[in-house]
Amino acid sequence: MRWLGALAVLVLLALPAVLGSYATTILILVFFYGFLGQAWNIVGGYAGQLSVGHAAFVGIGGYTAAMLSLEWGITPWIGMFVGGALAAVLGAVIGYLGFRFGLRGFYFVLLTVAFAEICRIAVSNVDAVGGALGLYITFTGDPRQFQFQDGRVYYYIALALMLAATGVVALLERRRFGIYLAAIREDESAAEALGVDTFKYKMLAMVVSSFLTGLGGTFYAFYLFSLQPNAMFGIPLSVEIILRPIVGGAGTLLGPILGSFMLTPLGELSRLYFGQGGHHGLHLVAYGVLLIAVVLFLPQGAYPYLRRFFVGSRP
Amino acid sequence: MTAALLDVTGLSKRFGGLQAISDLALRVGEGEIVALIGPNGAGKTTAFGLISGFLTPDAGAIHFRGRSITGLPPHRVCALGLARTFQIMRPFPRLSVLRNVMIGALGRHADPRAAAARAGAVLEELGLAAKAAEPAGSLTLSERKRLELAKALATEPVLLLLDEVMSGLTDRETERLVGEVRAINARGVAILLIEHVMRAVMSLAQRVVVLDYGERIAEGRPEEVANDPRVIEAYLGDERL
Ligand SMILES: Nc1ncnc2c1ncn2[C@@H]1O[C@H](COP(=O)(O)OP(=O)(O)O)[C@@H](O)[C@H]1O
Ligand SMILES: [Mg+2]
Repeated sequence: MRWLGALAVLVLLALPAVLGSYATTILILVFFYGFLGQAWNIVGGYAGQLSVGHAAFVGIGGYTAAMLSLEWGITPWIGMFVGGALAAVLGAVIGYLGFRFGLRGFYFVLLTVAFAEICRIAVSNVDAVGGALGLYITFTGDPRQFQFQDGRVYYYIALALMLAATGVVALLERRRFGIYLAAIREDESAAEALGVDTFKYKMLAMVVSSFLTGLGGTFYAFYLFSLQPNAMFGIPLSVEIILRPIVGGAGTLLGPILGSFMLTPLGELSRLYFGQGGHHGLHLVAYGVLLIAVVLFLPQGAYPYLRRFFVGSRP
Repeated sequence: MTAALLDVTGLSKRFGGLQAISDLALRVGEGEIVALIGPNGAGKTTAFGLISGFLTPDAGAIHFRGRSITGLPPHRVCALGLARTFQIMRPFPRLSVLRNVMIGALGRHADPRAAAARAGAVLEELGLAAKAAEPAGSLTLSERKRLELAKALATEPVLLLLDEVMSGLTDRETERLVGEVRAINARGVAILLIEHVMRAVMSLAQRVVVLDYGERIAEGRPEEVANDPRVIEAYLGDERL
């Protein structure tokens, strides 16, 4: 499995040399959503706390970096981490409310959705950050401004983000922290009875997850040159973030990446295909069908089956 | 009586209109085996919930190893050396048997390799080593009962609270588990057990506390309690058992 991973990374590093710009763009999105899915995976997959408000962290991260850059000329390379830190603070607030008051299942989902919606509406109404119209970033092509003449640089940044997040998760997975998160997901009371400080570990998972997700906000903003509250804080993005790890295998190391390779090209190609035919939104139907298929036939996501195929063992 | 390891006084808990535990006093000495018995619904599991920190008492005090643990969250109580099992077993179903037990061991062995070694030793002791790699959800009832015990044991407690770990087992399985519990106790682990299986209670317990409608109605050596008219009445005069 290890040499397969190394080989896959080598192939991904070499691919831009042979790919056209459209295929490169799709892969950038595959990596980016794979990254967001991996960040979500820590709290949503491993710890089993179903956040459907992760767009809020993308939004906070992106808006922070953009405002720092536009207002004070601070490079997004720094703004990215400031944004991540603020996203982590928001994650800690949401986590504290949810976990301290023992919100589980649907109630935690609602809490996370509500927070993201509050952020979206708030940002839409503050003219200083662009209001409902949002912010635009003028393209200079200056690497210090997180802008690049050569689109392939975005490819490598997105790939690096995805691999880094996967490295973080791989590290957590084999340490006590990761094992405790799995216990919390399986049975919180049983974990607590065995000495697991479930509140602390859920908080930590939320903070790490929201920090990473916040980093992604900078990439999102400076790759698209624009920030709109609906796009960056909205429920559709939150749903996009969770779909990939769920389809690929939530709580598994490669699930989010696998899910992104399955869903992102499907989403983009069907968007293009149906969009050209004037059937906007039909790509969501394609998504829906795949999602139903996964829920029915691969209830733990695709990864466990793929792994069994390669290694012949259960996770 | 030996020095009190666990000392419960005046413990009370109400669920809406139901007084589940009223003014309960209970002591467990170092290395002692005490049985908590009583008809179904007497409040035994509730008492465990209160002692282990899952439920907050309305009144009363719980001291463990000389310090108050009243109101502490369960993970803190566990860290102090008091571990419980659940009557309705709570395995981590999709994790392997080894992982299940490791979760208990990680509290005292932060390095997963050390925790795995500790968990392996516990599985060996309880005759579950052959199942280490199986998902916990695939075990038989008797194996799941022993897993429940193994998880608690892996936390290296000085007091183990066992909630009906023998019920539903065959005679041979019960006999075996009685032997295992006795071996655990022989290493100095005190045990408070809720049990309906009277043969197990009689052979294990040094002292028996009887609960009925949340109140302690008798206490003493197993033979004494078994012949106590109030105890016989609680069990016989009642269809609840
Ligand atoms: N969480 C709860 N909420 C309301 N009633 C409860 C709760 N837990 C237990 N009870 C009630 O308290 C009484 C004692 O239950 P329990 O402690 O489980 O008894 P035992 O373990 O002795 O059979 C029962 O009548 C039960 O229905
Ligand atoms: Mg009970």
